[in-house]
Amino acid sequence: MLTYLIQRLLQGILVIFLVSLLTFFVMQLAPGDPVRLLVGEAYVTPEQLDLIRAKWGLDQPWYVQYWTWISNLVRGDLGTSIIRQGVPISEMVSDAASMTLRLSVMSFLIAACIAIPVGVLAAIKRYSWFDYGSMLGSTLGVAVPNYWIGLMAIVIFSVQLGWLPPYGADSWRAYILPVIVLAIEEMAALARLTRGATIEVMGQDFVTTSRAKGLAPRIVIVRHIVRNALLPVITIIGYRIAFILSGTIVVETVFAWPGLGRLFYNSIQSHDFQVVQAIVILLTVIVVVMNILTDLTYAIIDPRVRVR
Amino acid sequence: MSGHAIPQPGGVTLREATQPQQQTSERRRILRRFMRYKPGLVGLGIIILLVTLAVFAPWIAPYSPEEINTPLRGASPSSNYWLGNDDIGRDILSRLIYGSRIALIVGIGATAIAVTIGVTVGALAGYFGGKVDFILSRLVDTLMAFPLLALLLTLSSVFGPSLRNVVVVIGLTVWASYARLVRAEVLSLRERDFVLAARASGAGDRRIIFRHIVPNALGPVIVIASLAVGGVIILESALSFLGLGVSRPTASWGTMLSDGREYIRNYPHIAIAPGVAITITVLSFNLVGDGLRDALDPRQRE
Repeated sequence: MLTYLIQRLLQGILVIFLVSLLTFFVMQLAPGDPVRLLVGEAYVTPEQLDLIRAKWGLDQPWYVQYWTWISNLVRGDLGTSIIRQGVPISEMVSDAASMTLRLSVMSFLIAACIAIPVGVLAAIKRYSWFDYGSMLGSTLGVAVPNYWIGLMAIVIFSVQLGWLPPYGADSWRAYILPVIVLAIEEMAALARLTRGATIEVMGQDFVTTSRAKGLAPRIVIVRHIVRNALLPVITIIGYRIAFILSGTIVVETVFAWPGLGRLFYNSIQSHDFQVVQAIVILLTVIVVVMNILTDLTYAIIDPRVRVR
Repeated sequence: MSGHAIPQPGGVTLREATQPQQQTSERRRILRRFMRYKPGLVGLGIIILLVTLAVFAPWIAPYSPEEINTPLRGASPSSNYWLGNDDIGRDILSRLIYGSRIALIVGIGATAIAVTIGVTVGALAGYFGGKVDFILSRLVDTLMAFPLLALLLTLSSVFGPSLRNVVVVIGLTVWASYARLVRAEVLSLRERDFVLAARASGAGDRRIIFRHIVPNALGPVIVIASLAVGGVIILESALSFLGLGVSRPTASWGTMLSDGREYIRNYPHIAIAPGVAITITVLSFNLVGDGLRDALDPRQRE
């Protein structure tokens, strides 16, 4: 178990390193000179440009720049933004991350609380109107682009009815639309998954046995079926939570939500590539850590995994 | 081909015994199973319709997708303009029809690129093992840990928004799951007797991989690929929506939604049709994928 954990950790660190290298490399290919963007329209002599470059270390070869960046990063120092001068990147990123975290945690909780019971019920009442109805809904939910649901929600609830604010994060009412919009896609995916997992467990021998020995149907369902069906569901939830942060980019842009996704998009638009790098690294670390945690949880819940 | 037509007892050549005869009847069985899944057939019908619309767009669309008609800015649906006009007076229906071209080109093109890369990488990693496997697998891990949309946005802003770049950039970033799948399949296939037989008859590595192993690993790849086309279409629309996909004034469902967003207060109807179009298209590909999964892998049937 310990060797497995160490192995996973080392692989994770390697992946994070490779992602950082790849991101840095892509940024080097970007057209447009950040210094030029920084000065804007102002007239500067080439000498002044060189001075600014030297100040930010942009005159160094790429591997020196990479080394400076990664060694600062390891010490937790993300530097300050070139474009928005003086603002520490770590501050920008952590403020935005907490806003995104609120959105994703809430929408995920809502999605899980609705989708798991629906999925189990659909599996138990297979081929019933409830099964067909909920699966039709989730098939649709997976196919609809979530940012379009966001647009339609703004049209209906903000423009037509005037109930909820269309943008921003100023009051609790501003949370409602983005949280629900983000929850819909998760709900659809989770319900399908739970249903599939439950049906698979229901076909196994121990379920037949427990039924045959006369256990009450309710006990069979709760103790035997649901408990086992939730294993794969937990794994997938872990992997999906890891990615939900990056899934919010478009929805945050629609609702002008001051989170990580919007910060990322704005930084891309303004060529603030240090911020872009910082966010990509943060998201990757989250994905890697979540994946390891998920695998660990799985190993703890299901002893069979440990043997492998 | 004659290389491994080794006569076997009973007059059946090895090639016949391992592949073709069974394959034709197996194909027919797969087709029959697919035909039984009605939603999959509906999806297939809609996709055929969409392809027709895309190919014959100039003849089917009532107006030019880029023709600006200023007096009709934001006009509601009418008998001449069934879906109304957009913020600068272009016919929404015509733009929608032309937009199907972009969705299909990106959806199918990018998926084809991803499958090609993924199958090759996965097959090489699984077949050769060792160092090759280690390096390729870390590459796959890296791509899978990358927040996809973030990577796509970065790459498109670096390479500039255009149809070609969107196809290439999406294709280059979504292949990792195919590689992982094919690698696992190849790991089990490479120990099978028919591979040994092929090697014994003198086939080289390249021939064994691409003639014998890969065709046998393609079933699940086809299923995942058909389910992935819808996801790619959503990605393209999101990129275009954010202004980093297909560049204006080309009609793409994503850019149409982005126009719709800007005028959502005054002309909310602009944003409705493109979203419906995306949903129907993605839904159709997903249904066909579900049908193919049932047909190709009856075990996984839900």
